[in-house]
Amino acid sequence: MSGQETGPSGAYTAHFRVWRGDADGGGLEDFRVEVHEGEVVLDIIHRLQATQAPDLAVRWNCKAGKCGSCSAEINGRPRLMCMTRMSVFDRTQTLTVTPMRAFPVIRDLVTDVSFNYVKAREVPAFVPPAELSPGEYRMQQEDVNRSQEFRKCIECFLCQDTCHVVRDHEENKGAFAGPRFLMRIAELDMHPLDAASEAGLDRRRTAQDEHGLGYCNITKCCTEVCPEQIRITDNALIPLKERAADRKYDPLVWLGNKIRRRGD
Amino acid sequence: MAHVDRQTWDVVVVGAGGAGLRAAIEAREAGLRTAVICKSLFGKAHTVMAEGGIAASMGNVNDGDNWQVHFRDTLRGGKFLNHWRMAELHAREAPDRVWELETWGALFDRTPDGRISQRNFGGHEYPRLAHVGDRTGLELIRTLQQKIVSLQQEDEREFGAYDARLKVFQECTVTRVLKEGGADGGRVAGAFCYERESGRFFVLEAPAVVLATGGIGKSFKVTSNSWEYTGDGHALALLAGAPLVHMEFVQFHPTGMVWPPSVKGILVTESVRGDGGVLRNSEGKRFMFDYIPDVFKEKYAQSEDEGDRWYDDPDNNRRPPELLPRDEVARAINAEVKAGRGSPHGGVFLDVSTRMPAEVIKRRLPSMHHQFKELADVDITAEPMEVGPTCHYVMGGVDVDPDTAAAAGVPGLFAAGEVAGGMHGSNRLGGNSLSDLLVFGRRAGLHAAEYAASTLTRPRADQAQLDAAEAEALRPFSAEGARGSDRAPGPAENPYTLHQELQQTMNDLVGIIRRAGEMEQALERLGELRVRAGRAGVEGHRQYNPGWHLALDLRNMLLVSECVARAALEREESRGGHTRDDHPEMDRHWRTVNLLCTLAGPDGAAEDPDPARGRIRLTRRETPPIRRDLLELFDKDELVKYLTDEELSR
Repeated sequence: MSGQETGPSGAYTAHFRVWRGDADGGGLEDFRVEVHEGEVVLDIIHRLQATQAPDLAVRWNCKAGKCGSCSAEINGRPRLMCMTRMSVFDRTQTLTVTPMRAFPVIRDLVTDVSFNYVKAREVPAFVPPAELSPGEYRMQQEDVNRSQEFRKCIECFLCQDTCHVVRDHEENKGAFAGPRFLMRIAELDMHPLDAASEAGLDRRRTAQDEHGLGYCNITKCCTEVCPEQIRITDNALIPLKERAADRKYDPLVWLGNKIRRRGD
Repeated sequence: MAHVDRQTWDVVVVGAGGAGLRAAIEAREAGLRTAVICKSLFGKAHTVMAEGGIAASMGNVNDGDNWQVHFRDTLRGGKFLNHWRMAELHAREAPDRVWELETWGALFDRTPDGRISQRNFGGHEYPRLAHVGDRTGLELIRTLQQKIVSLQQEDEREFGAYDARLKVFQECTVTRVLKEGGADGGRVAGAFCYERESGRFFVLEAPAVVLATGGIGKSFKVTSNSWEYTGDGHALALLAGAPLVHMEFVQFHPTGMVWPPSVKGILVTESVRGDGGVLRNSEGKRFMFDYIPDVFKEKYAQSEDEGDRWYDDPDNNRRPPELLPRDEVARAINAEVKAGRGSPHGGVFLDVSTRMPAEVIKRRLPSMHHQFKELADVDITAEPMEVGPTCHYVMGGVDVDPDTAAAAGVPGLFAAGEVAGGMHGSNRLGGNSLSDLLVFGRRAGLHAAEYAASTLTRPRADQAQLDAAEAEALRPFSAEGARGSDRAPGPAENPYTLHQELQQTMNDLVGIIRRAGEMEQALERLGELRVRAGRAGVEGHRQYNPGWHLALDLRNMLLVSECVARAALEREESRGGHTRDDHPEMDRHWRTVNLLCTLAGPDGAAEDPDPARGRIRLTRRETPPIRRDLLELFDKDELVKYLTDEELSR
């Protein structure tokens, strides 16, 4: 928090630098804009639209941290604009808002996130158990807890944006599904009733061979930016690596175990 | 006009929330080529914000539950204005629709014996809502999204292309439903669309169009709804010649956040009360005990002790009045605040901190815990929340056939979910929305597919219609001046300003408590806003231009707002989501009246330069009589509160 006095209305003028441009290029544009008590960064972007830059492009939906649309980078850190309170910044600080870096810019703060939809399609779907009819599924809460944690994912793609495997390495995108979709594989693999193996599908092997699990070297950047506080690395990626390691030696599993033991 | 790309599909679904995706799955499984078109990214639709659960009488927690009890609760909640057949189909089919989700990978919270857990909710006699913590909508949308993907994977294996029979056009908007032989012609021929990213226009030709566009909340200032909720489907139906029903009924959810101002209106789930949370005023009093209406007197606890015992022993105690239907609770909060017993920021207190251990709160209400901590610096495990009413849901919508979801009067047009009317009567019960999406989404998809498959000659929209749609969509780029002769001259208007004025008007004059004089004033202002919206102008170009998108959405919001205001002025009684200060009582004679809104004039034009002449005409229609065996589910003592003597003697 800033050490400055709060005015009677709580309002002050902030300095924003917002990236504007499109696929052909662009740059940071300076704005002076009013901020009121309790507001989030997305409120300020909306105020810029309504008063200074009506065609400023921004993607958003629920404004309540539930849909994962308004992802951007605020002072270089991947965040949801709707869940970033202005009060976490010093009032004299300049706020720089830029589009997610790992994806191609469409316009201003809007990026082309189709990479993620392509990857989503490549993960084989849930395989229902053949012997159970609808209504006959029985699962214990403790057995669904693990996959439920991963299903909290709002697909904001901040983990995909921050993951250094693809952040500055366009060339890795083809082979690497990214934390979100490796976590999806872990979710299905840990689903108590998924019948993939009965159908001849080895999710662990495909995670390794087809979705690039081996590229992940568990630096936990994805976990750090997750607005849902999903422990992507510890609870999804490392266990998936361990399960895959039954088939294949992976030095990172060994390393992951060491790191985790140290944290215990 | 420039060449506009035309694509041919069998079924076009407008909207990718719960209803739209469920419809698309059904149409595709019927073997038809299905296109889904949605304003946001795939998987971000408003359904994602639903928190509490899906109502379905599976009887997993209390085996006294069955579809008849669910039907009865739904009619009581809607004050008997629901279309009985929709309420029947909904109650009967909801359990199958939930169980089916499990076969697509959904992971609901479990009971100790491993079945789907069910929670209590306002107006539901038994614990009935299948849920995943307080993020049930996310689970629903993700499950349907992943089912769509699995169907696309099948098609990729069979045809070598994921999009062969099911394609999602994300971040695209439909501006017109196209018809054969001009706007006042017959059958549906497709949809006129633009890509938000590029501004490029295109046409999806199809004999069947399913509207699944959700609601209208963005016409109100304080709302739990996202930017998408601009009444698009309601307006598209009107412009295509279909009537809307029950538009006077707008649900104000009793518990929205009230502070800080920038989050005012964001939803606080009803699960907070279902799981034991209580409402108190500034004097610390649980005021809901003073607001139990006569029709519900026998069904709710008369003391705090009884209400508290109910959570553990529901068979021998009655439920606390915090769990009355939403319209009752919203009105009560409004009255407490007005009487000077509100919280510091103009709401009342909703408290779970003194009712449950912190750990239980965090497990059962994780999103609420997160939301208040992040956005309001409030720890709900240690202190009460401040809450107040927020515009949440519109009961009114396209007048549809209950069994097929076909829109009245426009062959090939279907509607499901919030954009369809009739199911919820004058007030929707919590949890009945997600089940509605699944039950009627499936029916709409099924019948749209049957209709499309039985179409022998494909209808085709003529070029003039496409040209008109394109000109209408481009008008904001040449706003000022009188290039279009139908526009009143004047300066270009800022679409954001117009939108704010519209929201203020609806909030202040056609809000939770209504008066004739204020609604007349609202209609005048709406007329003026409509003229000004004809001059809504935008800067820049067509590529991802939010100002332009809003300028186009204004047409829809203004049409829908006029429907709400006109119908609300006409209905001189108070019922469900329609409360008249000047007619405070429910009147049994109004129960038999449905108000239908249609577009005035045959031309399908959205604008009229004369503000005094509205765009909407109202007609009255008698409510269809409730089937006898369904009526017999109720005691005569209860029916006399709702039905006229004439109906009772039948």
